[in-house]
Amino acid sequence: MSMLKSSVGRKLTMAVTGAILVLFILGHVLGNMSIFVGPEGINAYAVHLRDLGPLLWVVRLVMLVVFVLHVWFGIQLTLENRAARPVDYQQKKNLVTTFAAKTMIVSGLVLLAFVIYHVLHFTLHVGVDNVDQLAKAYMGEHFDVYTMVVTGFGKAINVLVYVAAMILLFFHVSHGFQSFLQTLGLSNECVQPKYQAVGKFLALVVSIGFISIPVLIMVGIVKL
Amino acid sequence: MKLVNPANKRKYKILMVGTGLGGGAGAATLGELGYNVECFCYQDSARRAHSIAAQGGINAAKAYPNDGDSIRRLFYDTIKGGDFRAREADVWRLSQVSNNIIDQCVAQGVPFARDYAGYLVNRSFGGAQVSRTFYARGQTGQQLLIGAYQSLSRQVKAGKVKIHNRREMLDLVVVDGHAKGITCRNLITGEIESHWGDAVVLATGGYVNVFYLSTNAMGSSVTANWKAAKKGAFFANPCYTQIHPTCIPVTGDHQSKLTLMSESLRNDGRVWVPKKAGDKRPANEIPEDERDYYLETKYPSFGNLVPRDVASRNAKLQADAGKGVGASGYAVNLDFRDAIKRDGEKAIRERYGNLFQMYEKIVDEDAYKVPMRIYPAPHYCMGGLWVDYELQSNVPGLFVLGEANFSVHGANRLGASALMQGLSDGYFVIPYTIGPYLASTTPGAVTTDHDAFKESKAQVEANIEKLRNIKGNKTPFEFHRELGKIMWDNVGMARSEESLKKALTEIPKLREEFWQNLKCVGNDKEVNQQLENAGRVADFLEFAEVLAFDALNRKESCGGHFRVESQTEEGEALRDDENYAYVAAWEYKGEGKAPELHKEPLKFENIHLAQRSYK
Amino acid sequence: MSEKTMNLTLYVWRQANAKAPGKMERYEAKGISPDMSFLEMLDVTNEQLIKQGIEPIVFDHDCREGICGMCSQVINGVPHGPEELVTVCQLHMRRFNDGDTIFIEPWRSKAFPIEKDLMVDRGAFDRIMQAYGYTSITCGGAPDANDHPIPKWQLDRAMDAAECIGCGACVAACPNASGMLFTAAKVAHLNMLPQGKPEGARRVKAMIAAHDLEGFGNCTNHYECEAACPKGVKTAFISYLNKELIKALPKGAQD
Repeated sequence: MSMLKSSVGRKLTMAVTGAILVLFILGHVLGNMSIFVGPEGINAYAVHLRDLGPLLWVVRLVMLVVFVLHVWFGIQLTLENRAARPVDYQQKKNLVTTFAAKTMIVSGLVLLAFVIYHVLHFTLHVGVDNVDQLAKAYMGEHFDVYTMVVTGFGKAINVLVYVAAMILLFFHVSHGFQSFLQTLGLSNECVQPKYQAVGKFLALVVSIGFISIPVLIMVGIVKL
Repeated sequence: MKLVNPANKRKYKILMVGTGLGGGAGAATLGELGYNVECFCYQDSARRAHSIAAQGGINAAKAYPNDGDSIRRLFYDTIKGGDFRAREADVWRLSQVSNNIIDQCVAQGVPFARDYAGYLVNRSFGGAQVSRTFYARGQTGQQLLIGAYQSLSRQVKAGKVKIHNRREMLDLVVVDGHAKGITCRNLITGEIESHWGDAVVLATGGYVNVFYLSTNAMGSSVTANWKAAKKGAFFANPCYTQIHPTCIPVTGDHQSKLTLMSESLRNDGRVWVPKKAGDKRPANEIPEDERDYYLETKYPSFGNLVPRDVASRNAKLQADAGKGVGASGYAVNLDFRDAIKRDGEKAIRERYGNLFQMYEKIVDEDAYKVPMRIYPAPHYCMGGLWVDYELQSNVPGLFVLGEANFSVHGANRLGASALMQGLSDGYFVIPYTIGPYLASTTPGAVTTDHDAFKESKAQVEANIEKLRNIKGNKTPFEFHRELGKIMWDNVGMARSEESLKKALTEIPKLREEFWQNLKCVGNDKEVNQQLENAGRVADFLEFAEVLAFDALNRKESCGGHFRVESQTEEGEALRDDENYAYVAAWEYKGEGKAPELHKEPLKFENIHLAQRSYK
Repeated sequence: MSEKTMNLTLYVWRQANAKAPGKMERYEAKGISPDMSFLEMLDVTNEQLIKQGIEPIVFDHDCREGICGMCSQVINGVPHGPEELVTVCQLHMRRFNDGDTIFIEPWRSKAFPIEKDLMVDRGAFDRIMQAYGYTSITCGGAPDANDHPIPKWQLDRAMDAAECIGCGACVAACPNASGMLFTAAKVAHLNMLPQGKPEGARRVKAMIAAHDLEGFGNCTNHYECEAACPKGVKTAFISYLNKELIKALPKGAQD
């Protein structure tokens, strides 16, 4: 098991945790789409999730572990990589690497901050107006997620934060997806460029999916 | 043959200088047997020895193609290719173990080319009528060397071999007539180090950089061998040098190195020069009837595929007659026009694509459109330190492997035989033949405490001081270039009594100037490539004289040694078996003194001596 | 064979030894022929420096035909310079123009300490090889070479990996200074062949562990190594290496 602590072992951990996070994000974005059905859609979806009871907590716990591992190794590996070249080049020209690949730690750390903000905001309801009213607003006994989201994205600052974060998510996932396949040993020179294209497409779909909500709310297409 | 008890092997220490095919394989195998081995190389890693540059392949009498090959045939081809100037017994042994080499290398993971069914394939090479050459793309040498280096790495891990990289051997330490150690310079710290061993093995490669420009690596030198020669080891047949016909020509004084292109190009390329001397028109503007396909006219049956020495000599004749092409006039055309017309560009591309690409990278010309220009270049030396059948020199305890010894190639080496010899010596000869010597000695009897080591170290340090304190005006490069010119012009492809005598007056003159006018900058206690070069050039300047001496002494032509006085009516090399069927082993007698000749007669019991003919 | 010559401005990294600090120095290279190789240009420059009383630039080189893997210079930010699939010794000056400024630096990595100027210590690669870069075959006991047929495609694949010349350009190019392409090429060469399979699991673990010990960075799939490799070794071999490790993970008892 000591091999899991090796460079490749931790890279594998990054890949697997990353993949789980991407799966989570995919589920998340699909769930979020229920907002376009109207208040019944997303609120019913929220109720459904809560009805899972202990299972929800298992999922949350797993996601927390996965997330912490991903962040922890990401930071650790980056620090090691920086230390591996103590004196930098005066001139260095990269030939093929992408903006996304070079900025993984930046996009990653910003996304970490965003996730904390996002959980505080929409899960723990910090800074949400009229929390008490909303608590029983849906069918008299459930939290009215729809109203919270729509009023939340009524504020331009929130929209800005979410859109910016989702653009970074695009970069992060677009490198991460093909990286995952390469790391799991599923790549070769024929499929590698295809993986890159698929990764970009997937990342684009996910981030557009997420971004569509605050944007459509802001322009008034989705409203109370 | 005496053996060393397995339990006793660990008490012995062997020094191996050089980590190419001979040295790397030898060190690994001796380590496997249980000896303690210390290895030395001047490169930063054992994997970079110049064996790595061999392109073509390695011969073995496997007879997989069922084309009538046998150990006997490989033996005969090698002796004949060497123009009957090699020892029969050594060549027989080489042919015998050639098959084991292939087995050993495949087991190590050397990726020799295979067919779709998964079996090994062979290609043909010059001087043989069978297909017996195994190859790994165009980099057989690198793959074989990596195989040996892998085995060596395994022994390093096992603790049996210790590698001292970036060390240059600068003296052999001889105690009571036995080789007991070396003195070397740490090329990073400049430290002069002493190392003792119960035996010393040299696998230090060839000396054709004595011509300055050659296909050898920049660091290849005669230094280790020459230091051993100065300590009493005989230098055998130094005049046997091989000039390879298909190299990329020199472009200017700045040139540091010549690049070889596989001679397989001559299978399809036609060699020609303009009929009129001094015709400087671009090749494609010279009409057919003004072209002289001199090899085809002169040797109708072998045509462009005559052996290396014949092709090289004829190119020189053309250039000397003023018919050479290119800016310098020292080149001939190798034209693929007709082959492309006959087989199509695609077929040619498949056969030689990588070579054409290499040519384009270096010369910046498209050989599919204009003829290549080629010229011969020094490539390999058949001569080397004298060794007996056990690969032991006349200094007991000093063994010599691979190109560094003289043993199997006679006066000319066949293509794909150098790799075979290096690995044979390393994997299958030295492990057996070193035993009897070691069994007769007490392990660890002499260590670096002995005065001989201190004397050697003091001498090496004094020599370095001397080089550094001349403070003249010419750099080592400049002296090397001048020496190369003397050697190439007078002791090159065609040698005459006159040219050799000229060389023998010019070399000492240059040597004298060297010791008065050398500019060797930098400190000696750090990396100093100028100092390294200066030392190598100093040794070349001494050794060159012995080479010329040997060439002057051998008044016959044979293989790579062509004396213009000794040729047939058709201008072919003419041997004199009555007077020169011997190995010339030269003993160093001190500076400024003529070396002393020792003759080892060559007896041929299994082979009938014949005149080579390629008409 | 052009007659014209070029004058160039060189900025070269000069560093006295492993411990001393280094810096870029400016030199003029005059009368450079386009037919020269890059190393010959440095030879000529060095001869000019010596005549001016300046210590010549130290750089590693040996075979000068692109196979020994000794030369190691980052030229204008790219290991082995601007031409694809060549080493510095095969790069020719016709790739440059009169008046050009050229930056020349050594491989930069913690695992490759600088010995002097442009010369680095690549002993780390040797130690990775010593960890398990071999098959444990002892001389003399090998079966006939044709005993194990190896299909051509499989052999060719192993050969693609075996083309690595161990120059270290992959490390120099990698934004993380990782040696993963080298390690992968060496593992793939042997693990892809039947001769190397029996020790495959042990090999991949040992060689990765040795790689990590040397202070190389980690591979994060930038693929810069592949772009810089003078022998065109593909990052697909890194993917293969990862797969070999995954396969080897459950075999803990073999450690």
